[in-house]
Amino acid sequence: MTAVTAPDARSKRAKPGQSRRIISRTVIYGLLIIAAIIFLIPVYMVLVTSFKSIDQVGVSTMWAFPTSFTLDSFTRAFELLSPNLINSLILVAFAVPLSAILGSLNGYVLSKWKFPGANIIFPLMLFGMFIPYQAVLIPMVQFLRSVGMYGGLPGLILVHVVYGLPITTLIFRNYYAEIPRELIESGQIDGAGFFGIYRWIMLPISAPGFVVVLIWQFTQIWNEFLFAVTITSPGSQPITVALQNMSGSQIVEWNLQMAGALLAALPTLIVYILLGRYFIRGLLAGSVKG
Amino acid sequence: MKGRVNRDRLIAFLMLLPSIVLVFIFVYVFIGQTTYTSLTDSNAVQQLSRAQANFVGFQQYNSLFTNPLDYRFRMDLVNTVFFTVLFIAMCLGVGIGLAILLDQKVKGEGTLRTIFLFPMALSFVVTGVVWKWLFNPTYGINQLPTYFGLPPAQFRWFISEEKVLVFNWQNLPYIIAIIALGFVIFFAMRAWVRRRSTVGALLTALALLLMAWITFGGPSNLNGLPIPEYYGFNLALIAIVIAAGWQMSGYTMAMYLAGLRGISEDLREAARVDGASEVGVYRHVVLPLLAPITLSAIIILGHISLKIFDLVYVMGGGDNLYIDMPSINMWFTTFRAGDFAKGAAIAIIMLVMVAVVIVPYLISNLRKENEL
Repeated sequence: MTAVTAPDARSKRAKPGQSRRIISRTVIYGLLIIAAIIFLIPVYMVLVTSFKSIDQVGVSTMWAFPTSFTLDSFTRAFELLSPNLINSLILVAFAVPLSAILGSLNGYVLSKWKFPGANIIFPLMLFGMFIPYQAVLIPMVQFLRSVGMYGGLPGLILVHVVYGLPITTLIFRNYYAEIPRELIESGQIDGAGFFGIYRWIMLPISAPGFVVVLIWQFTQIWNEFLFAVTITSPGSQPITVALQNMSGSQIVEWNLQMAGALLAALPTLIVYILLGRYFIRGLLAGSVKG
Repeated sequence: MKGRVNRDRLIAFLMLLPSIVLVFIFVYVFIGQTTYTSLTDSNAVQQLSRAQANFVGFQQYNSLFTNPLDYRFRMDLVNTVFFTVLFIAMCLGVGIGLAILLDQKVKGEGTLRTIFLFPMALSFVVTGVVWKWLFNPTYGINQLPTYFGLPPAQFRWFISEEKVLVFNWQNLPYIIAIIALGFVIFFAMRAWVRRRSTVGALLTALALLLMAWITFGGPSNLNGLPIPEYYGFNLALIAIVIAAGWQMSGYTMAMYLAGLRGISEDLREAARVDGASEVGVYRHVVLPLLAPITLSAIIILGHISLKIFDLVYVMGGGDNLYIDMPSINMWFTTFRAGDFAKGAAIAIIMLVMVAVVIVPYLISNLRKENEL
């Protein structure tokens, strides 16, 4: 297993180990392939079911390949879900950039302009991303009602921006912490102030941080369900709520449900497949703080 | 220059201020209001007739733990415990297994990693909808054995009504006391073996006290339930564990993989030169170094499982008590039944459970950071 890096150490005891090595490699690849197949079972199921017509979805044909491919389920699912897909698009279009910009500013302040008490305020902010949101739902509904934002998308956008602040601030704060103080000081000597330094020094090197935060927030907000189901009315429900309604209703047309699930999953899946590296960075940022 | 910097400091603080105020209101003020609601008898009828809610102290909490009508909440707690333990075990087991396999310089590592991690990019709602189909007792994976000439499997997955490890809730104080006694005895013996006799003596005394308390029926005084209630591990939870584990195992894999990549090859090579086998290298060098990651993973996964909502909502919709969770109970109690006070009490109990897990973690993480 270490042949690449340590040829000497291996060659001393390699001769009888050769066949053992082949066996161990086979076992490793075998296990990985089995694991991959198991992980992909749901994908296979979604694909074969959604391309089938309803008369092909039966006990005996459940796992079989569709005998004739049809896009019917997709066109019907899209018809049903497109208003909600649009709601979700509007939601992320506003909430994601807003929370990224606020997170960037907050991270800049907390990493480069520490003030007394910052070490207490930051953890108190962070705690906000771990709480069970059930603990804030009742007052939140009352508050949104009182300001006339209950039931609509603006209220949902506000809520996502606010509860996104801890994670976006955390990611940017850790990202900016790597930027040396000297760079800030040289900016100050050149006469740049708070905004000047942000605009001319921090922002130009923030692109990777923004990519991580934008992808993370996009995935989180697109996939979110609890806030959406609690504070939106039918006309402004995002895709997750609509998908649940579809699956919870008496529609047992599984091909339609699988097509709907695929439509709901596609945007985040595409982002993940194209930009997975940044997605993982966001993922790890939430757990391993540095 | 100096004045300018001071002015910039002020601007910096003012830029952060809106976020501080928002988080303060949306997290802390709201939690305060929920706590207050949980101490009243607030409900939808009252609110509609514009009547004032009455302050009733801890009555809601008391009712959740002792009122026979609130058995659903106790079922939720039992479910949460079993779900959390199995979910964490599955994610850790699968995660470290995959990470170690991927760490063997395999070809196609990138593709495999993408496959194991992609469920993380999905919504729990999508996961729920898809697995609900896979776990359909007539159609789903129960049909797979028929492709090998076997009869279809009979397990009813998330709608199964079977339960094992059944116990009477009234005996819970006893059960907990006996488990605690087990731990005390274990640590007492360890202290004696390590020749720390003071600690050992103290723990032995504690064990004897506990034993006496148990034999003289002390724990039964803690039981507040008038009639027996039987709970157990609902096998339907297995379906939820598999679906949630499918989604989150990639996450632990990514954490472990990041950890494995951080262990220098020199260190492993040194162990090999000392004669350690490949398995030995993992057992004695690599795994101990991954212990902090395991702890982080347990905490992160644990707080996720205490809060789990979407997946269960989609698979059970609040009707299937065999997979019910406190989060679901809170939501339906509050927004369907209109019992705000009871919903708030459940929410606060959830918050306390999560805080017990998360707060020490946050503090130790940030302390470490400040030491650097």
